[in-house]
Amino acid sequence: MSRLDRAGIARRVAADIPPGSYVNLGIGQPTLVADYLAPDSGVILHTENGMLGMGRAAVGDEVDPDLINAGKVPVTEPPGASYFHHADSFAMMRGGHLDVCVLGAFQVSFAGDLANWHTGEPDAIPAVGGAMDLAIGAKSVYVMMTLFTDAGAPKLVPSCTYPLTGLRCVSRVYTDYGVFLIEPDGVTIRETYGIEEPDLRGKLGL
Amino acid sequence: MTLVVESADEAVAGVSDGATVLVGGFGTAGQPMELIDALRRLGAKDLTVVSNNAGNGSQGLAALLAAGQVRRIVCSFPRQKDSYVFDELYRSKRIELEVVPQGNLAERLRAAGAGIGAFYCPTGVGTPLAEGKETRTIDGREYVLEFPIHGDVALIKAHQADTLGNLVYRKTARNFGPVMATAAKLTVAQVTSVSSPGSIDPEAVVTPGIFVDRVVACPSPAVLAEEGAAG
Repeated sequence: MSRLDRAGIARRVAADIPPGSYVNLGIGQPTLVADYLAPDSGVILHTENGMLGMGRAAVGDEVDPDLINAGKVPVTEPPGASYFHHADSFAMMRGGHLDVCVLGAFQVSFAGDLANWHTGEPDAIPAVGGAMDLAIGAKSVYVMMTLFTDAGAPKLVPSCTYPLTGLRCVSRVYTDYGVFLIEPDGVTIRETYGIEEPDLRGKLGL
Repeated sequence: MTLVVESADEAVAGVSDGATVLVGGFGTAGQPMELIDALRRLGAKDLTVVSNNAGNGSQGLAALLAAGQVRRIVCSFPRQKDSYVFDELYRSKRIELEVVPQGNLAERLRAAGAGIGAFYCPTGVGTPLAEGKETRTIDGREYVLEFPIHGDVALIKAHQADTLGNLVYRKTARNFGPVMATAAKLTVAQVTSVSSPGSIDPEAVVTPGIFVDRVVACPSPAVLAEEGAAG
């Protein structure tokens, strides 16, 4: 099997989300996962700005400025949706009610530490949004990312060099080259795409 | 007691220099544009603004920032594609920024409104945003001590009110409105219509009138489109 493209990673994540789960898809790449959830999966999407049962992106006349997702994209309101305020929305995370969240990342450590909110560069404007709450709140945190930076540096690393979002919070990492399980005794490679496992281990220093 | 006033200017009357102003909205959804414009006209300065974002485009909260009335902003996600007004002020060190995780922002407001002195929260443990804060291990898990955010004034946007100040919201424009309404000494709500008591189903009331001090009808509020989504 060859290296996965973005859609391929999204499809892989979607296939692993248990039917009937309450799921939050982070801004950016993770939103693609929604396109690959089976219609009968019963998965209910949460968006932290205050909606459960979020629908697809709105088009044309469906666009309503009062109905947006966390990425501020207009969405639709399917039957069964509900609205709530921000304190309730984040209680759903912190209180352990949300089954899965899927986040992007700059780096994930072998211990499951997540760095995805700030590059730490001096002139970068910090902006965290709901990332820290999601990272420690959802029962399972899946990260979806390319395994290497454009410059070729691994993003699954022994220890994060970017500012942290959460400690030991990531349970799975879905990438273009493979799926990694982060377990108490270390990182397990579940499957690889377009590379043999020993080569992948070598590139990551696993 | 809730006062129904005739204009947005009347609604924000008395907001003083140096006030902490809670401003509802998530991006442009629920942003009380007319109340913010009135605050800008009032000219109150040296303000601390608490809001999820730091303004979009050049209107609403962004215009208040551009007018130089805000000394400090507390928010979770200042950087957006269309936050150029804030970005410029921040880079030229003309505004102070406190970044707060979004759930902590909501919960710190909720705590203020509920009379909670402080609370232990797991969000941010081990990250730069918890540096210097007191921590405590409870049942084997580490938590950070977080303090309430009290407002002098809350400016929020709801959908409808009755003359007693009971509020209902509309879709995801609800966002921070209900928690901010509880957290300020003076809560001002702009709504599209104000009706007589009994016109809102009591079961549907989201913010009971006890939390609302002033209501103003702005029947056709400005709708500010996001200039390029994300963030």
